[in-house]
Amino acid sequence: MPLAEKGTVISNHQTGRDLWEMEFLAPGIAAESKPGQFVNVRLGDYSDPLLRRPLSLYDVEPDAGRITLLYKIVGRGTQLLSRYGSGQLIDVMGPLGLGFDLVQNRRVILIGGGVGIAPLLFLTRELVARHNEVIVLHGTGSSDELCSQGRFSKLGVEYKVATMDGSSGYKGLLTDMMKEALEPLPTDYIYTCGPEPMMSAVAAYASQHGISGQLSLEEHMACGVGACLGCARKLKETDTAYVKICKDGPVFPLDAVQLSTGGS
Amino acid sequence: MNEETRENLIDMSVNLGGLKMQNPVAVASGTFGYGREYQDFIDISRIGAVIVKGTTLEERCGNPAPRIYETPAGMLNAIGLENPGIDVFLNVYLPSLIEDRVTVIANIAGNTVDEYALLSRKIDKHPGIAGIELNISCPNVKQGGMQFGTDPDLVKQVVEAVKSETSLPVIPKLSPNVTDIVSIARAARDGGADALSMINTLMGMAVDIDRRKPVLGNIFGGLSGPAIKPVALRMIYQVYKEVDLPILGGGGILNTRDALEFIMAGASAVSIGTGNFVNPVVAEEIALGLEKYVTEQGLTGINELVGAAVL
Repeated sequence: MPLAEKGTVISNHQTGRDLWEMEFLAPGIAAESKPGQFVNVRLGDYSDPLLRRPLSLYDVEPDAGRITLLYKIVGRGTQLLSRYGSGQLIDVMGPLGLGFDLVQNRRVILIGGGVGIAPLLFLTRELVARHNEVIVLHGTGSSDELCSQGRFSKLGVEYKVATMDGSSGYKGLLTDMMKEALEPLPTDYIYTCGPEPMMSAVAAYASQHGISGQLSLEEHMACGVGACLGCARKLKETDTAYVKICKDGPVFPLDAVQLSTGGS
Repeated sequence: MNEETRENLIDMSVNLGGLKMQNPVAVASGTFGYGREYQDFIDISRIGAVIVKGTTLEERCGNPAPRIYETPAGMLNAIGLENPGIDVFLNVYLPSLIEDRVTVIANIAGNTVDEYALLSRKIDKHPGIAGIELNISCPNVKQGGMQFGTDPDLVKQVVEAVKSETSLPVIPKLSPNVTDIVSIARAARDGGADALSMINTLMGMAVDIDRRKPVLGNIFGGLSGPAIKPVALRMIYQVYKEVDLPILGGGGILNTRDALEFIMAGASAVSIGTGNFVNPVVAEEIALGLEKYVTEQGLTGINELVGAAVL
């Protein structure tokens, strides 16, 4: 059951270009959290910016009551978030939304584009615990946007990177690396989060090869609990039926919703 | 008088044109779903009234995305009245609200005067609803909606039609997108309205300079939040002076101080809209805050403050 909690910030620091990690204690939310769910964070007592910011659960350690967020500074909200210091209280609602389905004893590929890697770390932890063989593919523009290698390595999974400028790992599109990585062995399941054109390419590839999987969407939200109907997304093959990203998602089957294919 | 005796004499309940609320704080239509969405966070039976999501005769799918956009101290929305239709509301969503002893105000929107009447007839036959708010001010639908709320003759017609179908308190929700709010309020009164709800959102828009296009899928949307509070206060003040009907006032209320401003400007009760998104327990916090204020001021009830600032 979700709840509202005043978390205590443990640390909040920059880990890459515009990328920050915040750790806070929120035992109530941590105890309930599943990979793929999110928290809706209020940025102080301001009336501007007014709305909470939905952020993925990067990592959760329920025993320690600790939640880690990975976020990219994209505007005023995330800028304010980066100013929180250790010991400060932060107003958090969560865990919200439906998380990933967790498969067992399978060979699974996790594909994260940019800061879309965030929900895939907590997912990896839970997938490893369920005896899956996990391969993580992470693509960014450049090596200074890669900051998760250490955390994935600790979980003992294979973690491959692609950068557009070739400054680290495979040079080029993550989806091109994906095709090479997926060819040699059969893949049972794909999880992905990142820019929609990337996820759209992943979904198309999965569909061609008969691989099922799930993706996680990001969207501007107001309530985060399914009340305002602001984060609507069209279902595939319909022009009228919408789902709520906050409540019906943010995780959906790869082929369920219409994705943006151009721009990001 | 000692503190204890005084508290016993305090009455925070409100009679809004025959609609009884245990406290003066309602949550606004479209910001609180059907109540259940917030049940994990707040005991909804402690809210003065829950005004449920705007309901139409038939199911509506809503507007294309994006439907919301944050603006300075506010937000734009263009949801487009997405809802499952009146029958699903009455049969699926209402029963649990009744079971939880929630004071439910239905919010209805029609494409025609006849549709408003038919919706009211269905609600009147169904026990468990405390009042009907008439959405004659939705800026986000092509037919009906705001066109009813900006023409005094149509306002009167709609209210009359609804009143002839129900004995429940009828509360038209007025649009601020008019030149003369007082003439609209008078028309509602002449049609037989029991109270007035004001204000709905102000029509606005935002532009995406990268795409060189309007941000919202619907182009225009309704502005809400603290940004519109001064406009709401001004309109409530004007109507309170000229029209003898209780007012359910709202527009950007985030805390007890805001609520007190609305009450002193003439609102008998207040509604929290966008504030619910910011703080899911704000309605309960404000109800308690108002009670504290009334106690501290040595008053017997909130009613003593209604219109206190009106000159």
